[in-house]
Amino acid sequence: MHELAICQSLLNQVEDIALQHQAETVSSITLGIGPLSGVESQLLINAYSIASAGTVAEQAKLIIEILPIRVSCSECGNESEAQANKLICKSCGNWRTTLVSGDEMLLMSLDLETFDQAEEKVLH
Amino acid sequence: MCDNCGCNITKGNESLIRPGGKLAKTESGKESISVLHSLLHENDHTAHHNREHFDQHNVLAINLMSSPGAGKTSLLEATIQQLDPNLRIAVIEGDLETENDAERIRKHGVKAIQIATGSACHLDAHMIHEALHNLELDDFDVIFIENVGNLVCPASFDLGQHHNVTLLSVPEGDDKPAKYPVMFRSSDLVLISKCDLLPILDDFVPDRAKQYLKDIACTAPLIELSAKDTNGMPLWLEWVEQQRQKRREWLLNNPVSGHHHHHHMATDGNP
Repeated sequence: MHELAICQSLLNQVEDIALQHQAETVSSITLGIGPLSGVESQLLINAYSIASAGTVAEQAKLIIEILPIRVSCSECGNESEAQANKLICKSCGNWRTTLVSGDEMLLMSLDLETFDQAEEKVLH
Repeated sequence: MCDNCGCNITKGNESLIRPGGKLAKTESGKESISVLHSLLHENDHTAHHNREHFDQHNVLAINLMSSPGAGKTSLLEATIQQLDPNLRIAVIEGDLETENDAERIRKHGVKAIQIATGSACHLDAHMIHEALHNLELDDFDVIFIENVGNLVCPASFDLGQHHNVTLLSVPEGDDKPAKYPVMFRSSDLVLISKCDLLPILDDFVPDRAKQYLKDIACTAPLIELSAKDTNGMPLWLEWVEQQRQKRREWLLNNPVSGHHHHHHMATDGNP
């Protein structure tokens, strides 16, 4: 269960970025997770609710985009979709492939509400 | 991985992720910040720093991973006894609790640092960084890091090692690579350990393990060995010496800058 450690690392980054942008709250966090990253999305979501308590991202919606597993064949050059434990080329069956997508664990983007926007809301 | 920020955007997945791509998003009324950093950005940064550390001191670092009880410590004991005595070894041990493994190594007259991770199921780059403060790297040629016994979590954390070696022991079954693809995919060498048990546990077929490794496009070489006999050990020792030689040659052509910048992330919070 390393998802909690990953969540804490994520929140450190989110807090830094929120501070840089003088954000009041973080409204959503979008992650890109590949099945071969070793991160389980559901465990990450569970860990997030614990780890985010009391942070600027406490209310943030955690959006997880699951990225596809795709391999490129060194033999025929084709790119195909694959499974976590079957990374062979779909076109020619060759096993010497390289992963082009599927092992990511990325913080892709954040939606922030800044102090300015909050003030504007009060004025209008 | 891109060298700039430690993210794992490649030419292959770039179109899916970059703004304008299928997964890029903008919402009106809010400030939307595109980040594209690895979730383990901090860890990766420290790992990079550890690797520089090893390179500055001409030390080869090998990360040993496996499930609990696959024979990592026994392999290290046999390695200490049989490796070229000119190579000076140190060991960093990771376990949830106890100094037992470090004590086993110290009995062979080898420096061992025990990291007790408490409840953490893996070592991370920060723990290795702390351990390095207790090692005079100039006194060593090869450092073995024995990770916490676990076929899942350690695979996600770069420690700053040069090579990952994964042990698959005969009693575990030959289909472990299919069950734990993330771990085996990260390996630079796979060792089938406890091969002295093959005659008894004949449902383990090494060729089947090889096929499962091919299925996950793992090009790592595979060595069958046992720490209790001398059948496969020489191949493993030779591999270690070769990697050490290769690293030395690489460092001759790519010298690490002598400038030693040393941030203490744990104390000042700055990467």
